[in-house]
Amino acid sequence: MPDLSINFAGIKSPNPFWLASAPPTNSGYQVMKAFEAGWGGAVWKTLGVPVINVSSRYGSVNYRGTRMAGFNNIELITDRTLSDNLKEIEEVKKYFPDHAVIASLMVESKKEWEQIIKDAENAGADGLELNFGCPHGMCERGMGSAVGQEPEVLKTIVTWAKEFATVPVITKLTPNISHIIDPGLAAVEGGTDALSLINTIKSIVGIDLDSYAPYPVVDGKGTNGGYCGPAVKPIALEMVKELAKHVQIKDTPISGIGGIESWRDVVEFILLGAGSVQVCTAVMHYGFDIVREMEKGLTRFMLDKGYETIEDFRGKALPNVTEWKHLNLKYKVIAEIDESKCIGCDLCYIACDDGAHQAIAIPGNGKGRIPEIIEENCVGCNLCSLVCPVEECITMVRKDDGSASKTWDERTIAGTIPMTFDDERAGGNGHFVPSVADALKHKK
Amino acid sequence: MGLYSPPKSEAEFQKNFGQKKPLMNQTEAFYESSRCLFCYDAPCMNACPTHIDVPLFIKQIHTGNVIGAAETIFEANWLGNACGVVCPTTELCEGSCVYDNQHVPVIQIGRLQNFATSKAMAEDAKLFSAGESNGKKVAIIGAGPAGLSCACELRTLGYEVDIFEAKSKPSGLTVYGIAPYKITNEEVLDEIDYLQKQLGFTIHYNTAITTKAQLENLENNYDAIFLGVGIGATRQLGLEGEDKEGVIGAVEFIEELRMKHHEVQVPENVVVIGGGNTAIDAASESAKMGAKQVSLVYRRDRERMGAYNFEYDFAISTGVDSVFNATPVEILGNGKATGVKFIKTEVVDGKLSNIEGSEFLIECNLVIKATGQAKQGAFLSLIDDLELDKKSRITVHPETYQTTNPKYFAGGDAVNGGAEVVNGAYEGKMAARGMHGMLVDS
Repeated sequence: MPDLSINFAGIKSPNPFWLASAPPTNSGYQVMKAFEAGWGGAVWKTLGVPVINVSSRYGSVNYRGTRMAGFNNIELITDRTLSDNLKEIEEVKKYFPDHAVIASLMVESKKEWEQIIKDAENAGADGLELNFGCPHGMCERGMGSAVGQEPEVLKTIVTWAKEFATVPVITKLTPNISHIIDPGLAAVEGGTDALSLINTIKSIVGIDLDSYAPYPVVDGKGTNGGYCGPAVKPIALEMVKELAKHVQIKDTPISGIGGIESWRDVVEFILLGAGSVQVCTAVMHYGFDIVREMEKGLTRFMLDKGYETIEDFRGKALPNVTEWKHLNLKYKVIAEIDESKCIGCDLCYIACDDGAHQAIAIPGNGKGRIPEIIEENCVGCNLCSLVCPVEECITMVRKDDGSASKTWDERTIAGTIPMTFDDERAGGNGHFVPSVADALKHKK
Repeated sequence: MGLYSPPKSEAEFQKNFGQKKPLMNQTEAFYESSRCLFCYDAPCMNACPTHIDVPLFIKQIHTGNVIGAAETIFEANWLGNACGVVCPTTELCEGSCVYDNQHVPVIQIGRLQNFATSKAMAEDAKLFSAGESNGKKVAIIGAGPAGLSCACELRTLGYEVDIFEAKSKPSGLTVYGIAPYKITNEEVLDEIDYLQKQLGFTIHYNTAITTKAQLENLENNYDAIFLGVGIGATRQLGLEGEDKEGVIGAVEFIEELRMKHHEVQVPENVVVIGGGNTAIDAASESAKMGAKQVSLVYRRDRERMGAYNFEYDFAISTGVDSVFNATPVEILGNGKATGVKFIKTEVVDGKLSNIEGSEFLIECNLVIKATGQAKQGAFLSLIDDLELDKKSRITVHPETYQTTNPKYFAGGDAVNGGAEVVNGAYEGKMAARGMHGMLVDS
């Protein structure tokens, strides 16, 4: 059997599945239940000077029949006293000495950082996570994302933490910035042992059409929340990749966070360099048992691919993530429709005709509904294969001549890129475009 | 045998006749509407005789614009609520849902439709109003689906409309002739009430138009006349013993059942003769009224039955037994029917013929004849220049539904020979537009 255990910046854990610092780690009761269910680690709900929360704290983005495709919250850090939290951390560690318990921390002054780091370590925390991410509430008081958005301030606090800490320090980053390298590099320069990201994205998930207030509505008003859940995964993956590829950051362990719900998500984060993953929304939706699917799926993946440890495939996708200018412009795929599977919804036709390149024809006039690819018009954009509701019905098939790659970079050097507005070398030149008046034949 | 006990009260009747397509709740509608693919040039829309924009109304339901969905439905089909439940949807919209091509359950379009229209009706949502008066008047004979649909459309176009109805309730066979497990009387009447309140057409009940003088009166007082007269009573078979007590036409049986519910007495043994959808209804209803043995006897084989497969399967599920390739010879009994003598049939050289010496008896106390309805030929002959085809159906222009007498338009069963509510609704609406083209637009 593959070995799922990890050593993340010195923090040992029986598997890479950690609970993110969030409502599911609000109490010892929850963390104990989670460990029982199979989670390898838990980042405790952020400790600090306890807050007072509002009622009506969460909002969600539902997509068609799916609840919580996106999720946001305006809850703050722990509203329980530090002593209660510490007592429970200590108890959990007694029951689960081999599991990872990481204390998430957020305070203001250097003195407070010193005190709370000592307290957390004394309670038995295996590591510390500095919360520089919350984009709501706490940032208004100069904490959370307010720190994460100021690399110099962030670096200073990391330096303090490293000064006081004896266990590994993880710096949790906010995605609410334009360039993730800046805070990432600041944390590394400050001496952080590891990074974790993403924290939630500043968001408004919707407006109540009767009260005209954003969700979650608190007595007729609302505020921006922090967005998470499946919808944010692509943003998280991109930021993890940015850090994992950066020459000065790549050796710093990264804990991946953002929309993770299944083993596939876990594997994707690991393939982009993450050494552990953290989960919140999926647990808030389905409970701790969701980890069983992740564990079984990850194990099956490793067995299938012949990997014995997480390290065997960590970062394996990174060499394939490159810049656009290095992509092969000679590569060409064309859509192919499996007529035996086609159900005749004709979504591919209308998506292509209205949203892409007019490369699909339908018989019309009651002569059936099986669409046909007009190969000479197809640019291989994938859209039809993405809208097709049937499994493996539309596939993209390679149709180029297989000759040597030619990238934008190479063409730039060779001087064969379009240079003027009406350059004959425009990529779309010679490609079929219907006449303007053809649009009117569709008019009903 | 007998899966049902005879209902002794309205409650027991309602239990036996539970709705085949019950009203969806909000959660069902939410998830079901989420599944629609929003097909391009959707097959469901094209399969609907009234071309309801199905993907649009389903999307509207899903996005919480349920009243808007009802508007989309009624704009295409004035009887959109009834059609949601009484339409043979598996043969029409749902039958064309592309999901079926991958064996994914098709969208329950009919129930979603009914969900939207029921909400609009329950909230009395004002979606339509009469058009500005154009000073023209139209008389409609028959308040069935075709006549009502014609009336609604004419009102939106500014016509004054008087409907003359022989019976005491509106909507024709929808209330008098459809199996009670498909729609309740209340639901049928609520829809008409809902439409009438918004559009304001007048229905003169218990006012049969039967004489030349009446017709002339209408001709003199109205700019056009719509014939939505349907078809007539069950045809006589010409069998020996057909006049005995306990022999009834299916149309008459169903009407009585719809009006009197549990007060109708159905004996233990029932024979239903016929192979169409009406025969199926009468047989299923007899079973649900507590008959122990219901025999559905059809003169040809299963494949030749006119009834939809899903209707036949439903009858079987209610405990009905079917007998194929047998035709009635005589109804036995001394004053009251006690049984039917049948003879077996076979097809020889493409022609149906009886097998000599193969007579057999099925004992019963009620014989229901579902062997077709007579046409309104006698009444229609009172109208000058009104051409009927060989099957006594009114000949109309395929787009305007104008008859060969230019003053008269027609639609529904009198034109199509007996089809679905949705066909009547469509033809009535088209006739209204045809009239408008003649009277105002030209």
